[in-house]
Amino acid sequence: MKTFLVGLNRTIYSLVLLLAVIVLNFILVHIAPGDAVTAMIGDMGGATPELVAKLRADYGLDQSLFTQLHTHIWKMMRGDFGLSFTHRVPVRDLILDHLPATILLVTTAFFLALITGTILGIIAAQKPKSLVSHVVTVLSLSGFAAPIFWTGLMLLIVFAYLLPLFPASGMKTPGFQGTGLEAIVDVLKHLVLPAITLASVYIAVYSRLARASMLDVLGSDYIRTARSKGLSRRVVVYKHALKNGILPVVTMAGLQFSQLIAGAVVVETVFSWPGIGQLAFNAILRRDHPLLLGILFFSTLMVVVANLITDSSYRILDPRIR
Amino acid sequence: MSNREKTDAAVRPDRPLAELWHMFFANKAAVLGLVLWLLVITTAVFGLTIHPGDPFAMVGAPMTPPGEEFLLGTDYLGRDVLTGIIHGASVTLAIGFSATVCTAIIGVTIGVLAGYYGRWVDNLLMRVTEFFQVLPPMLFVMVLISLFTPSIYLIVLAIAVVSWTGMARLARAEFLKIKEMEYVKAERAMGARNASIMAKVILPNALPPLIVAIALNVGTAILFEAALSFLGLGDPNAFSWGYMIGSSREYIWDSWWTITFPGFAIFLTVLGVSLVGDGLNDALNPKLREL
Amino acid sequence: MKQESLLQVKGLSVDFSTKAGNVRVLNQLDLHLLPGEALGIVGESGCGKSMTALSIMRLVPVPPGNIATGQILLNGTDVLQLTESEMEDIRGNEISMIFQEPMTSLNPVFTIGTQVSENIRRHQSKNSAQAKEKTLQMLEAVGIPAPKQRINQYPHELSGGMRQRIMIAMALSCQPSVLIADEPTTALDVTIQAQIFELLRQIQAEMGTSVILITHDMSVIAEFADRVAVMYAGRKIEEGLVRDIIDNPRHPYTQGLINCVPVLKTDPGTERVELNEIPGVVPSMAQLGTGCSFAPRCHKAIDRCYEEVPPEVTVGENHCASCWRVGEIA
Repeated sequence: MKTFLVGLNRTIYSLVLLLAVIVLNFILVHIAPGDAVTAMIGDMGGATPELVAKLRADYGLDQSLFTQLHTHIWKMMRGDFGLSFTHRVPVRDLILDHLPATILLVTTAFFLALITGTILGIIAAQKPKSLVSHVVTVLSLSGFAAPIFWTGLMLLIVFAYLLPLFPASGMKTPGFQGTGLEAIVDVLKHLVLPAITLASVYIAVYSRLARASMLDVLGSDYIRTARSKGLSRRVVVYKHALKNGILPVVTMAGLQFSQLIAGAVVVETVFSWPGIGQLAFNAILRRDHPLLLGILFFSTLMVVVANLITDSSYRILDPRIR
Repeated sequence: MSNREKTDAAVRPDRPLAELWHMFFANKAAVLGLVLWLLVITTAVFGLTIHPGDPFAMVGAPMTPPGEEFLLGTDYLGRDVLTGIIHGASVTLAIGFSATVCTAIIGVTIGVLAGYYGRWVDNLLMRVTEFFQVLPPMLFVMVLISLFTPSIYLIVLAIAVVSWTGMARLARAEFLKIKEMEYVKAERAMGARNASIMAKVILPNALPPLIVAIALNVGTAILFEAALSFLGLGDPNAFSWGYMIGSSREYIWDSWWTITFPGFAIFLTVLGVSLVGDGLNDALNPKLREL
Repeated sequence: MKQESLLQVKGLSVDFSTKAGNVRVLNQLDLHLLPGEALGIVGESGCGKSMTALSIMRLVPVPPGNIATGQILLNGTDVLQLTESEMEDIRGNEISMIFQEPMTSLNPVFTIGTQVSENIRRHQSKNSAQAKEKTLQMLEAVGIPAPKQRINQYPHELSGGMRQRIMIAMALSCQPSVLIADEPTTALDVTIQAQIFELLRQIQAEMGTSVILITHDMSVIAEFADRVAVMYAGRKIEEGLVRDIIDNPRHPYTQGLINCVPVLKTDPGTERVELNEIPGVVPSMAQLGTGCSFAPRCHKAIDRCYEEVPPEVTVGENHCASCWRVGEIA
């Protein structure tokens, strides 16, 4: 019952956050110079005052701000994000077309980073002065310092050009007709480099965090208790220490989800990965505001959902805050 | 364990500034970071006197590989990569530092108010912080840039707007902790005003972790600016490292050097920041050492 | 009474490498434990008593720790020579330990049941149902009410006293021959302390377990132990039957410890006993000079005390002390 109430509470809070994003979108559009009609007229190369007035009325821009906000919220809640200026199709459909690719990239990179980072951190924590530990330190420093797009480009030069192991761009080989397993393998091949690129930053962050947290946990009283029971080192580390040591990593992962998605935007443009990041990049070049605002909303939605998931997994891992 | 505490206390009398310097300089990685930093700053300040030139100017044949004529080669427009890197150093530093100053001002102010006043102020400000935390930074900045006219000021401000949340949380946590200390209560009992307690009593004690966070933020800001310029969303008049990579990426197969070298410059700069930040962290917060 | 020792510590020295250099935290320590007895080890914090316990368990962190010399014989086998996996078979099975901090000594993310039965399943070939049965038995034996509900609870849902009972149940679940209790009640309320000692005494009587009780509190020793070893700065300075030590302490430090206890001899007729304390503080092990390490705090110290370490002198049956003036002090 308590779990249910907490869950309900978090869900309501998430909905409020999303509402706030909708309001923010509205505010931004209104404080920005010009409005939708100005932009349209710019595209048409000028218009008569009568036409301008008619367009404004059509778009509801002659209403009071409050009425406009009200309409705006209602439209967005019904899933109506307007028409894309450039594609002339509903923003929602465009985004839903591109969303799966982004989700695939982000989740792959996320789990790759979480698993690799944690494993590296554990190994390094067990022997803090060893070579492995130093390698982890260097790796995490470099992973953090290298700009993500540059990492991607360097991987392209090495693994797509010098050693042509992986395709350089896109998500499918053009003209590829295979189905089933073949198609999956084709996508996976395209996924390798972008996923590693996106994960590199977070492998750095998580391995460093996991190392610190495991060092801390391994020195704690309950680990000594576990050892005093005669449990083997392996059981002590991978059962007793890991479940505690991973908690800060999960917290951090939740906090950084928005940055992960932001990173995906950059990675997608480097590898021409057909997700919402690439869509956003093209939208900004063409000043397609409705599309861009829609993407901001959907990506925030992803972050909010991911946070809900992290939150509940944290509750499963740590009984103290259940 | 009790032994370790004792020895720790023995080597740590009152930790004056000299002690701090000593600890910082005993840390090889931190010194390496500092050297990298001095290198970048020297390049930014003196680079153009040693190797003068307009980064936008065509000086040679397009895509000349690195060699005698051009140490780091030229790009697809025949612009000298080395000149570009030297020029980019000052752009990068300027944006990195000013964005960090803005970030620190926003973050510390919000964190301090939330931590000191608590109750509804804290509640409100933390909800705002959480709201900013769920917005994907790059996308939010893209929206800001597309809605307003891009300029170097907008970029600096935009970077700050998406980066302050961590600093606010840190400042809040420190203030929450310190305001319960006896010496703060004593000040309050003696009738000191809130503003004076915040600025003169708590802030100095909360500084060590904040200084580290601010130092590390320079790195994040530089990376952010680089990514923006790479995407072509930076100030078109600023010849930054990210811009160099972004403008040449179509030619990645023909001239690897135009991408590799500016990226390496960013890498070394940010690495320097991290190393210095870690070194400061070790020297200022000795309890966290070994982490 | 020549009885075969169950556990014997011979000439044990342990070093720790610190920034200030190598520090000897245990120096030529000799101890023995007879079957079924309760041996107290008493001393101020930092005197090496916990390090003794960790050495016997072979849980001294290496590095920075290092067992420099000595033997620890359990039934005649030197545990210091065993491989790590052989030692794992002994820990929690032959020798168990309970720790000072019940609040932090249990893993916060596993249930009580998991943590207790884990010990049983590690050392006894039992399936999970049998292990659960045994766990319930043990919880009942240490006086945990409603054990069936408790096994599904997490440590944070229990009080400190309950947690320490869980620790005891865990430590005793495989009927060890030696139980080391390191300040088991220091973190608990006085009333709970009494309950825990009552429990330990009862279990010791029922199971015949030998107990090493580590404490800084002479009154706890007086109440619980049969024999006591007094430690100071990494050395044992006096050892004997509790009765002998309390009635007739021979080392000035032991005398000081006994005087620290406010109500050892309450005779309604006499005036109030004055509360004494030993002047000075325990020296840092890194700064020990030659000679007796207690000398700087000792009001009976003579020049020789600063120059040479006093040898162990037998002063009675099963009673020995290390002090240059032991003959004059009675």
